[in-house]
Amino acid sequence: MAVEVNEQALEDQLYQLIVNASTDLPPDVVSALESARRREPEGTPAKNVFGMLLQNVDLARKEHTPICQDTGTNIYYVDYPSGTSTRQLQRIIEKATERATANSILRPNSVDPVTGKNTGNNIGADHPYTHFEESENDELVFHLMLKGGGCENVSTQYKLPDSSLEAGRDLNGVYKTVVDAVQKAQGLGCAPGVIGVGIGGDRATSHLTAKKQLFRKIEDKNSNPELANMETRLYKDLNSLGIGPMGFGGKTTVLGVKIGAANRVPASYFVSIAYMCWADRRHSLTVKNGEVIYD
Amino acid sequence: MINLQLPIQEDAIRELKVGDEVLISGTMITARDAAHKYLIEEKPDFIRPFLENSLIYHCGPVVKKTDDEWSFVAAGPTTSIREEPYEGKVIDDYKVRGVIGKGGMGDKTLAALHDHGAVYLHAIGGLASYLAKTVKSVQDVFMLEEFGVPEAMWVIEVEEFPAVVTMDSHNFSLHNRIKDHSASVAQKLIHPVS
Repeated sequence: MAVEVNEQALEDQLYQLIVNASTDLPPDVVSALESARRREPEGTPAKNVFGMLLQNVDLARKEHTPICQDTGTNIYYVDYPSGTSTRQLQRIIEKATERATANSILRPNSVDPVTGKNTGNNIGADHPYTHFEESENDELVFHLMLKGGGCENVSTQYKLPDSSLEAGRDLNGVYKTVVDAVQKAQGLGCAPGVIGVGIGGDRATSHLTAKKQLFRKIEDKNSNPELANMETRLYKDLNSLGIGPMGFGGKTTVLGVKIGAANRVPASYFVSIAYMCWADRRHSLTVKNGEVIYD
Repeated sequence: MINLQLPIQEDAIRELKVGDEVLISGTMITARDAAHKYLIEEKPDFIRPFLENSLIYHCGPVVKKTDDEWSFVAAGPTTSIREEPYEGKVIDDYKVRGVIGKGGMGDKTLAALHDHGAVYLHAIGGLASYLAKTVKSVQDVFMLEEFGVPEAMWVIEVEEFPAVVTMDSHNFSLHNRIKDHSASVAQKLIHPVS
């Protein structure tokens, strides 16, 4: 059954969702940063970095200013009930985006790659990026992530087998690619990052699977026991690399590792690594029977 | 903590060492991808006074205009390595005393820091609201129409802007050290001796 969409109300709610995403770091990420701070010895740049990051998070929340000036690619996953117009939803998302840009909640971040011109309002081809999925439930759910360019630039993809890593087509091979990718990223993705891994799929769905993992909360445990073990093993080993916050050296290089899998064809075995910066800005909005829930 | 007052001279820069934590005050200018290409290809003379004995900040801010005044709302550093093809030449040609950014830079820039007496200062990525508070005023902006807000060159006055020296004028780079160490750990994880 379609739910009735009140355009003005939904635009206001989506605007609030963007404000939450840009200015209010989710509690699970904040607590991961607090634990990371406790682990670093007094008087080190790493300890000071975590202290300042947490001050910045507080300041952004209190003053409703962006946690990071790179308000990124705005990625929406929308679950909608049967019969709702996705074009209408797209239009409302665009209106909320324009408003958030005009109010300095989002930076004008959309550049035409041919002309080099910034559109000035964050609207352009595939901007904001939306992915709609029809759901069984009579509710609208918007998941939003703001993903900055620095961490997107260190995200990468491998094709197994990989002879230089001696990585075969199995989970041990996957493990090696993730260690390699995080070591190569150094502090460039604004470490400590959250690492989304996509195993299998084709070139595009492999990246998509990796990125989708980033919507999981830090404490979320994989329902597949083999992948859950691999997440724990990678978390521990990646933090032994010593890269630390900003690449200054330290005990925390990643805040979490989340792995997903998509079926592949026999000829291909891709591993995609989606790096999300410490400013892991993801929030959701659920509209159900007139009730509005932000998470 | 070391206080750096801009404009700054070569001898003060030469005293800085990798690992020093600094607080920067004075007038500097933002420049990122489009601006670096412009500085090298067009060689605009009007910009020279803003660069000489000052610092370049790799930053694309979120800004606000109230009446006729600009202010910075969010202003953390952007990744510096993209400017590697240009930075050494920019330091040489415009007599810049250093750059502020994130992630560090490569060997060409490290050599330029050594040859011309300049320094690489690492700001904290994602510290945008905090760093915007250290920007006391926006004094001017260039190439706003051509490059857009993030890529324009903003002349800003800062007070106690925090950063860490990660590449100095004596050929030392913290980034090289961390990279070497983490590579040796990764090597053992990827190729365990059985």
